[in-house]
Amino acid sequence: MDKKTALYNKHVNLGARMESFAGYIMPIKYTTVKEEHNAVRNGVGVFDLSHMGEFRVKGKDASRFLDYLLTNDSSVKPGKAYYSTMCYPDGGIVDDLIVYRLSEDEYLVIVNASNIEKDWAWVNNHTDGYSLDLTNESDETALIAIQGPDAEKVARKLTDEKLQELGYYEHTSGVFAGKKALIARTGYTGEDGFEIYTKFEDAEEVWDAVMEAGKEFGIKPIGLGARDTLRLEVGYLLYGNDMDHTTTPIEARLGWVVKLKTDKEFIGREVMARQNQDKPDRYIVGLEVMGKGFPRQGAELFEGNRKVGVVTSGSLAPALGHGVCLAFVEKGFQKKGTELEAEVRGKRIPVKTVKLPFYKEGSRK
Amino acid sequence: MSNIPEGLRYTDSHEWVKDMGSGEYKMGLTFYAQEQMGEIVMVEFPGMLDFSSGDILGSLEAVKTAEDFYAPFDCKVVKINEGLEDEPALINENPYEKGWLVVVKTDDPSRYNSLMDAEKYSEFIGE
Repeated sequence: MDKKTALYNKHVNLGARMESFAGYIMPIKYTTVKEEHNAVRNGVGVFDLSHMGEFRVKGKDASRFLDYLLTNDSSVKPGKAYYSTMCYPDGGIVDDLIVYRLSEDEYLVIVNASNIEKDWAWVNNHTDGYSLDLTNESDETALIAIQGPDAEKVARKLTDEKLQELGYYEHTSGVFAGKKALIARTGYTGEDGFEIYTKFEDAEEVWDAVMEAGKEFGIKPIGLGARDTLRLEVGYLLYGNDMDHTTTPIEARLGWVVKLKTDKEFIGREVMARQNQDKPDRYIVGLEVMGKGFPRQGAELFEGNRKVGVVTSGSLAPALGHGVCLAFVEKGFQKKGTELEAEVRGKRIPVKTVKLPFYKEGSRK
Repeated sequence: MSNIPEGLRYTDSHEWVKDMGSGEYKMGLTFYAQEQMGEIVMVEFPGMLDFSSGDILGSLEAVKTAEDFYAPFDCKVVKINEGLEDEPALINENPYEKGWLVVVKTDDPSRYNSLMDAEKYSEFIGE
């Protein structure tokens, strides 16, 4: 039985197409993916992302614990956030996540909805020797994202916090739309925007306030369909598509979130250090479709008759008007400008390796 | 309940075909098929060429899936709906009018009459 978020009734009343996703019944779209995508690129949209998981990590060893558990460095200042992967000893990715440092000894870790149970078990399996207080607040927490070039104008109407001074990947705790909230300048769209974490029971009021405040900017509710095209257009990876337990951060070109330059010990370090030195056998790349159509997840990539890779995410990029994909290719085929062919329903379509992001005009701060 | 207009003919690959007179036939995707596919985001059209019955004429890319559309009989493509290049979702919004795909021409009109009528197509899709 799928869980409902606090905003389930809002979505149904808005006429959303609801589908099962990661154990939740979620809005896929309210109108069309294209229209919602464009609203976020050109104006502002609001998302219910309450399916995401939230773990609170508190205690005097919180920083040391997260350093061991996650590949990125936990020593950011309170008020800052960081993106990281969490890996198995063999380097495979358990999940990718965002970590907000709330204070010296308190962090909030945001994990993918599909991985909440797996992550929670993994985190709890590694607590020996650390003085910690861990809580899984996923069911009590709602997450509403306001994204788009007009996001700040909307959000500023709803809080006294100085949002104009809040930088990308910074956050503050305060009152938002009359409710206690964590207000973060983060997102998954390539646009400027905020993610508002509130209590489950406050979510409806916050949602209504955002819709009302956004009215003058033409705010639209955005479903998971457009969330996927928005993230793909700016080359953000999606766990389950572009990475999983069989891929390492180095292969996924997430080496920048692996703290190999520090001497800190962390799970998977040995494998990643070796891979970083020897170079992996495959890489994730961005591919642009030259011509019509687009390959989807699972489409095979060829150079002549030789199979050299596989597409992990593929879609039409609504803001660009052509197909784009993320794909794994063998070492040697990752260089910008490499021309390959993707097999789509028995036909070959030409694709070319390009630099990410595909869409370069994002308003992200 | 699907929308299956009388007076059109239907293929088992879910195209509708309309007799325009003088050997020309307009065709598109049925309401049922567009609903199955979901939001269509791209259309790939054929050239103005000759096709044999059952040949792939072009393809439709939806958010989640892709499907080809086929020549209902031996024919030549004489017109494509260029409006769909910018607005492929017209196929979803208005599959029998603004969302038409191509106009084809044939020398053998008897093949049109052997396609399914509305009643048979309705049975075919199980309604």
